Amino acid sequence: MFDTLSDRLTSVLQNLRGKGRLSDADIDATCREIRIALLEADVALPVVKSFIAGIKERAKGSEVSQALNPAQQVVKIVNEELVNILGGETRRLNLAKNPPTVIMLAGLQGAGKTTLAGKLAKWLRGQGHAPLLVACDLQRPNAVTQLQVVGERAGVTVFAPEPGNGVGDPVDVARRGIEEARRAQHDVVVVDTAGRLGVDEEMMRQAADIRTAVQPDEVLFVVDAMIGQDAVTTAEAFRDGVGFTGVVLTKLDGDARGGAALSVREVTGQPIMFASNGEKLEDFDVFHPDRMASRILGM
Amino acid sequence: LLGGGDLDEESWTDVEDTLLLADLGAATTAEIVEKLRGEIVTRGVRNPEQARALLREVLVEALHPAMPRAVRALPHGDPANGGKPAVVLVVGVNGTGKTTTTGKLARVLVADGRTVLLGAADTFRAAAAEQLATWGSRVGAEVVRGNEGADPAAVAFDAVKRGVVAGVDTVLVDTAGRLHTKTGLMDELGKVKRVVEKQAEVDEVLLVLDATTGQNGLTQARVFSEVVDVTGIVLTKLDGTAKGGIVFQVQRELGVPVKLVGLGEGPDDLAPFEPGAFVDALLG
Ligand SMILES: Nc1nc2c(ncn2[C@@H]2O[C@H](COP(=O)(O)OP(=O)(O)OP(=O)(O)O)[C@@H](O)[C@H]2O)c(=O)[nH]1
Ligand SMILES: Nc1nc2c(ncn2[C@@H]2O[C@H](COP(=O)(O)OP(=O)(O)OP(=O)(O)O)[C@@H](O)[C@H]2O)c(=O)[nH]1
Ligand SMILES: [K+]
Ligand SMILES: [Mg+2]
Ligand SMILES: [Mg+2]
Repeated sequence: MFDTLSDRLTSVLQNLRGKGRLSDADIDATCREIRIALLEADVALPVVKSFIAGIKERAKGSEVSQALNPAQQVVKIVNEELVNILGGETRRLNLAKNPPTVIMLAGLQGAGKTTLAGKLAKWLRGQGHAPLLVACDLQRPNAVTQLQVVGERAGVTVFAPEPGNGVGDPVDVARRGIEEARRAQHDVVVVDTAGRLGVDEEMMRQAADIRTAVQPDEVLFVVDAMIGQDAVTTAEAFRDGVGFTGVVLTKLDGDARGGAALSVREVTGQPIMFASNGEKLEDFDVFHPDRMASRILGM
Repeated sequence: LLGGGDLDEESWTDVEDTLLLADLGAATTAEIVEKLRGEIVTRGVRNPEQARALLREVLVEALHPAMPRAVRALPHGDPANGGKPAVVLVVGVNGTGKTTTTGKLARVLVADGRTVLLGAADTFRAAAAEQLATWGSRVGAEVVRGNEGADPAAVAFDAVKRGVVAGVDTVLVDTAGRLHTKTGLMDELGKVKRVVEKQAEVDEVLLVLDATTGQNGLTQARVFSEVVDVTGIVLTKLDGTAKGGIVFQVQRELGVPVKLVGLGEGPDDLAPFEPGAFVDALLG
């Protein structure tokens, strides 16, 4: 087994040095290796298919056939295309002209939303903002307590008027959270919501209702970097059910290749804005497309 | 799938796509397809319906349906007369559903007339012990917890000790989520198990895998198994659109069966793993 795509392609194309053009068979063999590498990185199958079609097109061109080392050239092209899709420039958070800026978090169960709420709060505070965390997960056992602890660690105020564990209306808490922010002059509000499945219509409607109630400037879709082929279905469900303006990839401190980054970006067109890479509140960074491309390729 | 007409290349692509989309991975998918091709020839399969049934059969077979899948959670002897409780350790990466599964499993045991004690050995995650305590009161199980930041091995030790003294049937120990790449945290987990073993035998180490997990699930399973010798897999969040196909590789490589599946966030959303039903859902 070869560890990196680069090694694999080099082995497939080792006899090509100095050959004029790549034959169709060479290109097919190359694309098969790229396909496997992308699938092993958990890039979603439909995305792999369209991506490979694009690479095939470029591999037939002169930039590859005339290269001294076709394998390296192909890897370079794959890398370029990946960075392209992942988004060249990192977008900044949209701040409201009339504060408070409202950031709503949404995603599957256990993706890392509540932890991210704390990270965002700490990061925003470091930039001179006065964030307020709003506890709208009234479902998961002790989600409210968790947000309170996280808020305390971040040194920010948490608005948690309802105890949760099944008690309280999340839409109402969200609405009151905005009023509280205005009253106490918080310029950013981060709304933590319960984890939900794309197929759970009732919960998706609740998320849409929270969105309507708070009119967020950003809705961040929080997704675990370890997710597999379900990334597309889930991202589409959140896109259609709630709508989101940006993506946050979590648990990047592990060794998952994180092909979901490519899938979610390609399928929804929304940019990946932040990377979460640890359990502590400071384990948080803006997203770097080039690093992600290398990671997906295993380089 | 395999519908309408002969088994042309398009049908084969459909089969392959179905398996890849279910997270079986490129290599396992290729193997299953190869096996299916062979069986179709040897058995002289004529139509798509037969081929479909055969695919189901090949997939079920690949899940080793004969593996024993009972959870070993019953006490050794009578705990009221010096017998030892069964001890179950629940482990896995962050956010997969360990605490929820611990609660649900307690519920099953309590409903079966067993007494259960929960050990809150996640002393790290914000409000983790509170979350387990809520589950404890929900299902009727005592909870032993330490202070935030306490040594998890010490909490686990105390929980099992208390379980032995109180004569409960089963002690379920919930541990903190940790990525398998963090050697310090994995060492800590190994210590939790070793320390518990000073009190009582550990009957089950359940690795909780999230069904949405892709190919990384295999690496997780490998490393956790090296550190704490996993005896069973719990596949959670199967109520979503994810199929959980990574368990094909996990079962094979670890030689350890999937024992339970998580089908929701409620106390009753835990079920035994059934290869046939799992494959039917996968082929959907
Ligand atoms: N290693 C690692 N763990 C993380 C990261 N982000 C979150 N976690 C952990 O993942 C687990 C789940 O995180 P939460 O913030 O509770 O996730 P959530 O999306 O709010 O979960 P629900 O509210 O239950 O849907 C916790 O153990 C976190 O500590 C990360 O970037 N890296
Ligand atoms: N839909 C669904 N959600 C589940 C299932 N099991 C757990 N969850 C949810 O997933 C989220 C994480 O569950 P936890 O039990 O806190 O996960 P954990 O592994 O203990 O997390 P950490 O301790 O932070 O690593 C919660 O929102 C649970 O309600 C399941 O089978 N289906
Ligand atoms: K499913
Ligand atoms: Mg949460
Ligand atoms: Mg937990």
